[in-house]
Amino acid sequence: MHPTLHRLLGQLDRRQRLAFLGLVGALILGPAFLDRYLMSIMILVFWYAAVGQAWNIMMGFCGQLSLGHCLYSGIGGYVAALLWVNYGIPPWLAAVPAMGIACACGIVIGWLAFRYDIGGVYFALLTIAFAEMARIAFDNWAGGGGAAGLFIPLIPAADAGLWTLSGGPLQFYYLMLGLAITSFVAAAALRASRLGHEWLAIREEPEAARALGIDIYRAKLAAIIVSAAITSLAGVFYAFYQRNLFPSDAFDVSRSIIMIMGPIVGGLGTLMGPVIGALILTPLGQILIALTERLVGHAVPGASLLAYGALLMVIISTNANGVWPGLSRRLGLAPRALR
Amino acid sequence: MSLTLSASVIVQGVLTGLVYGLMALGLSVIFGIVRVVNFAHGEFAVLAMYIAYLLFFWLKLDPFLAALPIAALFFGVGYLLQRALINSFVARAEHDQFILMVGLAIVLVNGCLMIFGPEARHAELSYSLDSWLAGPLIIDAVRVYAAIGSLVVALMLLAFFRLTDTGTAIRACADNRLAAAIVGLDTRRLYALTFGLGLACVGAAGAMQTAIIDPNPSLAPGMTLLAFTVVIVGGLGSLIGALFAGILIGVAEALSSLVMAPSMKSLASFAVLVLVLVLRPQGLFGKGG
Repeated sequence: MHPTLHRLLGQLDRRQRLAFLGLVGALILGPAFLDRYLMSIMILVFWYAAVGQAWNIMMGFCGQLSLGHCLYSGIGGYVAALLWVNYGIPPWLAAVPAMGIACACGIVIGWLAFRYDIGGVYFALLTIAFAEMARIAFDNWAGGGGAAGLFIPLIPAADAGLWTLSGGPLQFYYLMLGLAITSFVAAAALRASRLGHEWLAIREEPEAARALGIDIYRAKLAAIIVSAAITSLAGVFYAFYQRNLFPSDAFDVSRSIIMIMGPIVGGLGTLMGPVIGALILTPLGQILIALTERLVGHAVPGASLLAYGALLMVIISTNANGVWPGLSRRLGLAPRALR
Repeated sequence: MSLTLSASVIVQGVLTGLVYGLMALGLSVIFGIVRVVNFAHGEFAVLAMYIAYLLFFWLKLDPFLAALPIAALFFGVGYLLQRALINSFVARAEHDQFILMVGLAIVLVNGCLMIFGPEARHAELSYSLDSWLAGPLIIDAVRVYAAIGSLVVALMLLAFFRLTDTGTAIRACADNRLAAAIVGLDTRRLYALTFGLGLACVGAAGAMQTAIIDPNPSLAPGMTLLAFTVVIVGGLGSLIGALFAGILIGVAEALSSLVMAPSMKSLASFAVLVLVLVLRPQGLFGKGG
């Protein structure tokens, strides 16, 4: 086993290790028991768990509130899709420039904001502004499909496969599960590293962190780069899963908001928070859609979202720290010091 | 592009900008004093637009007159909302407040969507298309009325904060909440008043906008962003700054939709925002630096 992974597992007690490996095992065996519809929901759960983890690195660890994370997933998706559609470059190769460009966007935003200590709501607005500018740019850029959207043509089933990200639900189930696990392990490793401790120090007390000699600017930039890289890779996978991209959808503020709700509802700054949040919120949205259709007999635009918004207010009013801290204590999975 | 056309567009931008200014004033008051980020601001504006539309549709009440009862109603709503819900979030983290307000925003905008549907509603006023010629300039009548109305409400708010005891007490709360509580001010009541005043501004602004823009649920997020941009460009806590920045953004949008394309107009306001955040992060009229 990889030494980092080994060390991370070593930090868990027996009960935690069993629960963690049990969860991963159950998810790996999942497709044997799930139908097509439930598989599609789990694919979304994994996706939101992965991008939630990426956002959690910036906000939960480092305390920088980004409300424009759709910028990175959108850029990732668009760059990879354009390279595949126009030049036939397979998405696994195109993911490199896709992540590179997304990271470059993150560096520009970080450079603008962190140099001047722009934080909190101001930083949040700056991130929204960049996502909106990307939306307007892609809306008006004919080469990228414009407002009419960009489509990734389907491949004949005989040639479809993992290399071109063109397989069926089963392929994307394991792909997104792998992505979620990778981002989880990356977040765990980073949190245990020196950089992770610097992030926590910056989040808790920036002045004290500076006094300790931490290079705050560099650490914050590192957070935004890591976060952008994971989110853009997730964006590549998502684009090839959906096989279409629209600026009004890929760069929409609501996309960013849905991304960050998982970690906040699950438990900000915790490793399991984004996972639990995605497991609660994604099915909840689907259940509400199905429920309104069942109750009213037809789809009511807005009804399920209205209930979603109301539930969100209830969850945040009653669970100050998110669901996971309380839940983990009840399950006996909390760190020993907190039990 | 002729000079007179540009001049007309600039005047139009100033007039629209004053309405933006009033909307942002509401956000600035809440943001600067209660320290809660009202991410449902644009949603409240759209709600006000729909109420104004309904009053016009049912009672033939002019939106500029409807602005008064709607502002009063929104004051009450804001007061109760702060007391019942938001007060318990004042001491909580920024992102918790954010989720609460986003939840509220989702409820409001989808409530409007369920009741009114996704297509825009149009209030056909007898003077909707009136315009005046001022020398070589063409000026829309409804924009002039909306600008004057916004300016009047804004000046009333400024006078309230400067001249009344309650206004002074609210400003004291903004300066130092702890000290205000120590000298015996009822901060909870003052916060509720402030939230009410903030919503009254956005209620009045929304009602008057019904004469210019057709209400439509999809307008809401853009309006929240716009109000935010104006507040931060103007400088947090500066009421004059919000009005001035409203005009600046209004002109920038009007000019960019003339020079580039109407769909690009919010690009201009974001460009102004980025410039201000880089060159003067505390905003044009903000304190310190």
